Amino acid sequence: MAVMVGRGAMTNSIAELENAKLIFATGTNTTETHPVLALRVKRAVARGAKLIVADPRRIELTGLADRWLRLRIGTDIPLYNAMAHVIIKEGLYNKEYVERRTEGIEELADFVKGYTPQVAEKISGVPAEDIIATAREYATAGNAAIIYTLGITEHSCGVHNVQSLANLGLLCGYFGMESAGVNPLRGQNNVQGAGDAGCTPNYLPGYQRISNREAREAWEREWGVPIDPNPGKTKISILDEIMEDKVRCVYIMGENTAVSDANVLKTRAALDRVEFLVVQDMFLTDTAKMADIVLPAAAFAEVDGTFSNTERRVQLLNKAVEPPGEARADWEIFLDIINRMGYPLHYNHASEVWDEQARNSPILAGINYDRIRMQGIQWPCPTTDHPGTPYLHKEEFFSEKGYFQPVPHVDLAEPPDAEYPLILTTGRRRPTYHTGTQTGRVDGFELLVPREGLEVHPDDADALGIADGDLVEISSRRGSLQLNAIITDKSPEGVVFMTFHFPEGVLTNILTTDAHDPVTETAEFKACAVKVAKVTEPEEIPASG
Amino acid sequence: MSVTATIDGKSVDIREGESILEAARRCGAEVPTLCYDSRVDPSASCRLCVVKVDGRRLPVASCAHALTADMNVTTSDDELEENRKTILKLVLSENPTEECRSCIERGPCELHSLATDYGVESDYYDGAISGRIPEDSNPFIARDYSQCILCYRCTRVCNELEQAHAIIPEGRGFGTNIVAPFHESLLGSNCTFCGQCIQTCPTGALMDKKMLGKAVAEDVTKVRSICPFCGTGCGIELNVAKGEFIGVTPDWDAPASAGSLCVKGQFGIDFIRSPDRLTTPLVRRDGVLQPATWDEALTLLVDKFQTVRAESGPGAFALWSSARAPSEGNFLMQKLARAVLGTNNIDNCSRT
Ligand code: SF4
Ligand code: SF4
Ligand code: SF4
Ligand code: FES
Repeated sequence: MAVMVGRGAMTNSIAELENAKLIFATGTNTTETHPVLALRVKRAVARGAKLIVADPRRIELTGLADRWLRLRIGTDIPLYNAMAHVIIKEGLYNKEYVERRTEGIEELADFVKGYTPQVAEKISGVPAEDIIATAREYATAGNAAIIYTLGITEHSCGVHNVQSLANLGLLCGYFGMESAGVNPLRGQNNVQGAGDAGCTPNYLPGYQRISNREAREAWEREWGVPIDPNPGKTKISILDEIMEDKVRCVYIMGENTAVSDANVLKTRAALDRVEFLVVQDMFLTDTAKMADIVLPAAAFAEVDGTFSNTERRVQLLNKAVEPPGEARADWEIFLDIINRMGYPLHYNHASEVWDEQARNSPILAGINYDRIRMQGIQWPCPTTDHPGTPYLHKEEFFSEKGYFQPVPHVDLAEPPDAEYPLILTTGRRRPTYHTGTQTGRVDGFELLVPREGLEVHPDDADALGIADGDLVEISSRRGSLQLNAIITDKSPEGVVFMTFHFPEGVLTNILTTDAHDPVTETAEFKACAVKVAKVTEPEEIPASG
Repeated sequence: MSVTATIDGKSVDIREGESILEAARRCGAEVPTLCYDSRVDPSASCRLCVVKVDGRRLPVASCAHALTADMNVTTSDDELEENRKTILKLVLSENPTEECRSCIERGPCELHSLATDYGVESDYYDGAISGRIPEDSNPFIARDYSQCILCYRCTRVCNELEQAHAIIPEGRGFGTNIVAPFHESLLGSNCTFCGQCIQTCPTGALMDKKMLGKAVAEDVTKVRSICPFCGTGCGIELNVAKGEFIGVTPDWDAPASAGSLCVKGQFGIDFIRSPDRLTTPLVRRDGVLQPATWDEALTLLVDKFQTVRAESGPGAFALWSSARAPSEGNFLMQKLARAVLGTNNIDNCSRT
């Protein structure tokens, strides 16, 4: 989305969702991944808002929806393109807005001509009349909000998925409107904050491109050292460079990457090979077990600091308890290392670290700990008398104009075939979180997901001779594992589902492919080809199966 | 045309959709309530909030009536206060005052603080308590309906706000009970264990099982923080007693969540007390990770970094930050990469 409007964050605020007249939720199992945010959706529906859900799987939201578009996995683009087709053809787009604030409508109109609802129906399986009705309702709602999550980004065409979706918002003038917009819901608590802080190879803090000379010079003045003007390598490229012995030291903070990565065996091979691995975490995770040095980190409740939530709100953490033993705040560990590396540096408090980040980041410059003591502030917030920005793009985009992006449909990176006839898709459940490093240690949570397993459609189960509870073996081109089958029609025929929460016993990501989006390098967690067979002589029944 | 009304002699502007209760509170009047929760439709069942409105023969429940133009409202006079006292007495007669765990551990519950305010004492005697204590082995929510005053806040919050439809009132009058349909325990019901019923309950009928018996109210301080799980960023209060984390209550003023939490934020924070937290640095010696001092670990780390940088340059480093860790740690990790090691090979693990 950044290439279209200059920024890839949630355009609007969580609370605003409640007043949307229409919510188009696509590729988001919001009630499981963002339960409290989902309450806003539920309340909007209770107030009479229309809810349209596009998802291959039956989820709680599809039960609340006025219309469920059950598209085939990986067919988002034709669906959205066909909606754009209808909106343009029927003249339902916001002409004044498109004229004044966007560029490229002709190219888009031309491009989507071929994506008729009938063509899209063939590819996606969504009936043409549902596509037409959705397009009309979306365009004429007055204010319609799109929300999406991993379901559309965790694909090898994730960026294109988002762009074809964002075209719709641009067409209808929903960028820059209250209770509307195009809203990615960030999964982890501080994905936004890690980005804000410049933890990407191509952006300095505050989303300033590394190639932006002015920004670089500001940081060079701050730090008193030159900054490499060339973008660094993303994690996926680094894995290859490790195998070529170009990268010798890896330092990982707080992530269980040896479990959570797609095609995890490849990650493990790289971490095995790397000459020197440092892991900083609260727990001895599977990743930490591979390290040469493990540094004990304090938990969020043991430090002062900030998280930025998915609506760009910088919020304050206050230290409540002491860290156990000698564990230390992440920032204090880095400060110590930086000093020992011969770069003298001193901060009295976490707030001074924040202030350094903010003062050279125009979008954060007005935010400080004192101002967010009671309530967080949403960036952009350029000055200390600026109230923050509940929704983006009101008067203008971060870029000069809003740029339409015509994007074509591409097939799944790894479509099912004769040998691997099923598609595996992955997701999460509410009481468990990510790799379970934290939620796996909560008393009582084990009771909430009593049955983890592989969800198989009844028709597929029949064909394979599998009964509910049977031990099955699931294999992809990368590996295989055994677990128990759960027969359910939540996923459509031809699609099996499992979560990636259970590293012990069920390491889902042995199977997933690391085919990735060429721009973001987000891997295709949401689809890989697999085969499933009943196990007649179990080797060992996994504990969590 | 007038767009104001009068409450206790003060002129008040009319706001769309505002109840008499909300308007009265807005202009400083103290109107007691028990069954009111601003987030759900009023049930008008406790009758504690009744006020007098000129031209109406009977007092009205202020929580359930909109303030309209020219209304003249009296929120308090001898008669109303006497009436409130009687109601409280009645409620308390079914609710054992002694040993209210909620009052002891969480501070005075709404019911008992009102009782104190009104100088009403319970004259309950054994045997007259309605409500039962279900067999419920769920590890999160303690349910003791002998304390229940049937205000239906829990059921309305569960059904209207959470839309979880896990609990409903069953039976009639004195025999009414709150139940999870078809289930004795909340486990196996529709309950998502969001804990919102606990948070709204004005008595000790519903309590946080994880916090039970951990501390007495005087020892508890609440520290505002943010839930560390998903990107919603709900506001939480970390409850701390004698230096120990004991549980979570919602931060009602948090803009993203406005007091709501899900099971993770409400009951999932105790991972921080897990016995297997790392407490010292570890370094690999003879192939095995062994405890070390900070000085040992960091000396080793820095020596290695210096050597590699001298031999192979900045491109030999990769740093992966955390989408879970606070921004300050993230910022300094990228500063270590860019300003000290000289590489832009900084990424965060999660690209979601
Ligand atoms: S915890 Fe939440 S879902 Fe469960 S009964 Fe209470 S309000 Fe309902
Ligand atoms: S359990 Fe609490 S909230 Fe629910 S009806 Fe009884 S007193 Fe009211
Ligand atoms: S309480 Fe639940 S919804 Fe709120 S931030 Fe935590 S995990 Fe997300
Ligand atoms: S608060 Fe109005 S009737 Fe209970």
